[in-house]
Amino acid sequence: MGSGMVENAAGRSVPRTVNGLDQVPYKGVGEHVPETAKHAPRIRSCRDYPASGDKRVANLATALEKCGLSDGMVISTHHHFRNGDQVALMALEAAAGLGAKDLMWFPSASFPCHEPVIDLMDRGVVHHIEGSMNGPLGRHCSEGKMRGLGVLRSHGGRWQAIQDGEVKIDIAVIAAPTADPFGNCDGSHGPSACGSLGFALADSVHAERVIVVTDNLVPFPCIPWQIQGNNVDYVVEVESVGDPSKIVSGTTQITKSPDRLLTAEYVARFIRDTGIMKDGFSFQAGAGGIALAFVQHLKEMMKAAGVKARFVRGGSTQYLVDLLKDELTDYILDGQTFDLAGVESIASDPRHVATSPFTSYNYHGKGNFASLVDATVLGATEVDVNFNANVVTHSDGVLLHGIGGWQNCLFAGCTILAIPSFRDRIPIIVDEVATVTGPSELIDVIVTERGVAINPRREDLLERVVGSDLPVRTIEEIKVEVEGIVGGPPQKAVLTDEPVAVVKWVDGTVLDTVWKVAD
Amino acid sequence: MTVRGEAGRVGEDVRSDLYVLVTINKTGGRKVDVSSKVGAYYGESIDQVTARVLDAFGVEHAQVELDDKGALPFVIAARIETALRRAGVENKSDARPERSVGLTAATERERLRRSRLYLPGNQPKLFINAGLHHPDAVILDLEDSVHADEKDAARIIVRNALRCVDFHDAERMVRINQLPLGLEDLDVVVPESPHLILIPKTEHADQVRRVRERVLEIQEQAGIDRPVWLMPIIESALGVEHAFEIATAVDAVVALTIGLEDYTADIGVVKTPEGRESLHARLRVVNAAKAAGIQAIDSVYGDVGDVEGLRVWAANSRSMGFEGMGCIHPRQIEPIHQAFAPSQPELEKALKVVAAFEDAEAKGLGVVSLGTKMIDAPVVKRALRLVDQAKRAGLIPENGGSDG
Repeated sequence: MGSGMVENAAGRSVPRTVNGLDQVPYKGVGEHVPETAKHAPRIRSCRDYPASGDKRVANLATALEKCGLSDGMVISTHHHFRNGDQVALMALEAAAGLGAKDLMWFPSASFPCHEPVIDLMDRGVVHHIEGSMNGPLGRHCSEGKMRGLGVLRSHGGRWQAIQDGEVKIDIAVIAAPTADPFGNCDGSHGPSACGSLGFALADSVHAERVIVVTDNLVPFPCIPWQIQGNNVDYVVEVESVGDPSKIVSGTTQITKSPDRLLTAEYVARFIRDTGIMKDGFSFQAGAGGIALAFVQHLKEMMKAAGVKARFVRGGSTQYLVDLLKDELTDYILDGQTFDLAGVESIASDPRHVATSPFTSYNYHGKGNFASLVDATVLGATEVDVNFNANVVTHSDGVLLHGIGGWQNCLFAGCTILAIPSFRDRIPIIVDEVATVTGPSELIDVIVTERGVAINPRREDLLERVVGSDLPVRTIEEIKVEVEGIVGGPPQKAVLTDEPVAVVKWVDGTVLDTVWKVAD
Repeated sequence: MTVRGEAGRVGEDVRSDLYVLVTINKTGGRKVDVSSKVGAYYGESIDQVTARVLDAFGVEHAQVELDDKGALPFVIAARIETALRRAGVENKSDARPERSVGLTAATERERLRRSRLYLPGNQPKLFINAGLHHPDAVILDLEDSVHADEKDAARIIVRNALRCVDFHDAERMVRINQLPLGLEDLDVVVPESPHLILIPKTEHADQVRRVRERVLEIQEQAGIDRPVWLMPIIESALGVEHAFEIATAVDAVVALTIGLEDYTADIGVVKTPEGRESLHARLRVVNAAKAAGIQAIDSVYGDVGDVEGLRVWAANSRSMGFEGMGCIHPRQIEPIHQAFAPSQPELEKALKVVAAFEDAEAKGLGVVSLGTKMIDAPVVKRALRLVDQAKRAGLIPENGGSDG
């Protein structure tokens, strides 16, 4: 372990400083007590903003200039347009055009469409990225080509970092499907409608300067105002903010893979047989193949049992919207909206509610509703025999996925990871995960096509499945069976001792390190 | 002079499989060039498997190129072996991979055969988890789902799968090709003790006898003494006419089934979802099977997306006397099991009849009665059969249920 490294409570070696800032190593779930006040931007006054409410300027470059863009600043953007986003690149290119250098790009998540940021890093415009890095950006970071360390945070952790002042955003650029000249923004209407704008809310409140970019300007007032213009400095109108076909899908397809469908069926049966499924319960479901399919099974079980949920947490899709329409849930609490049915529902049905990471995920608040969810169904790239899980790297240690809301969701009453037992010969259950993203004490159940493994800590769940015909097995049993199929345990990944990124826990402490891969 | 052989699959959509190109040289030793998406995890294992197969074939000088998409060891071994055979190389020692799953016990004649899941013989990725879906049987298919140019490859893949894939509680069936090619298939698969051989396009009892003789010859040579059951498939008008002779051709025939795609083509009609055009043929097959004292098994339902249509078809099948049908997708298994299960009222009535029968037997009475009603012998027979099936299907405990 290098002198700059320290072992944390999860037994992982983590850097003492990251990008020049001192860090707190992970201490355990609920062990870290924050002792400072929230970060706030400078107080602004109405005297500096037009009484007409018209904050429009000609283009992004002008807005950035007026915001006082300078070298080394933190520029934030958001991923509610997912792989159809054009605004992040537009903003960074405009900054490049103004000669800015060494910026820190602080996206709420990045997508393959953001690959050109690699070029901006090569040109010195962007110094490093703090945010999820998928695909090409992940590989770039893993190969040690970024000047600073990557910092991976959950959606709730990003709110916490902004609120606590760990990341001081100089300029937030918010892409809006609909906005008015005052800066009020709405995500549920307009040609690029995406549903909720919750990911941008923290930035709008805490950033020094806020720019709104829209391709659908409406006269004041833009209703609903998910982002309040009172926090906005400038409004820029552009031709297009994104590619709607990549923002939401027309329809969301349920997996056809028989193994995934089987896994989904086990998940639904587990929720039913343990008694979690009862009147007034709640669950979370994402848009992944297994997550969508388990909802279909659970729906039939809820109908058969005459059970209605109080709320469902999504990742909303047509399948959750159907639950609402069929009176199988009172509310959808929506974090992001994945298909057209979801967008239409959030725009028209008051029971379909847009949420932000503040209400759903922020650990440094007076509670958040993630812990009120009875069951959450998530994925993972790897799980170890002690139930620690990884979502950011694959077992070869290469950074490939963001954390999203995954860490935050672990606080649900029952956290279920629904995963294949192996992918392309590579076992998913291992002795030690490459990167700890979620600690074992919060991960309750692993469901695979080969059976259901319950964390021995959850004696209550183990008791509740007695008598169920679910294939309940130990995690070791499944691991041994899989290794028998794939030809033994995999070779150890070859990594260097050079950190390229860190994984933050929900309280801002450093949970693990992502290492540079060997050439 | 160099000789080349290639095997396996290339392309974007290939998963759990690989492509192999072998060039046999006179000199230069072995050069193995592996490109694998799982190379970081299993590169050493791939090298070992490759070396083992080359050893078995006594190949000293060769260039081997592997483009692997996460294939399991039994698949890698099969593809390399196929490439070598295609290059004209014969094995010097046993080239088969070591058994990684134990040989499951022989199955009973009257085993429950409600569902049998077809697995195309040259698509190993579909084998790996097939058993998890709990079909009563899997069929490793060497016939219609395998392209004529890939028959040799499928045979080796299927052979290796019988040694290395755990199909859990499923009966392991192999559908061979039409004779005479099917007899060569037997040479490769029978030493691995599949539970049952499906004989396609059966039209004469003689075909069944030829298969039986070959199976026995191979077993004798290999020193194997356990039953390999036979299930002839009737797929033509002539086959229907000879159904009873086929069913009774040899004692190893445990079931008779029908293939409706080929049958409807043979009589020159279109196969419909209602199946009216094949009613006669299906009833003939049922009758021949029952006359022979064996199981009657229906064809497949082709529309995987239409679960309701499948339920209707299967319920209809059961009412005609069939005891099971084929599946072309794992999601068809559960609806088929449900359709072929006796209904609760049916089962309750049967249990009462069986209880009355046992009571009468115990008391040494010649007449079985339930309340004031006398029960005829055929009713007792049907009830006994139904209760037996229900026990096999796990609907009632093996040792209980007869007290009504």
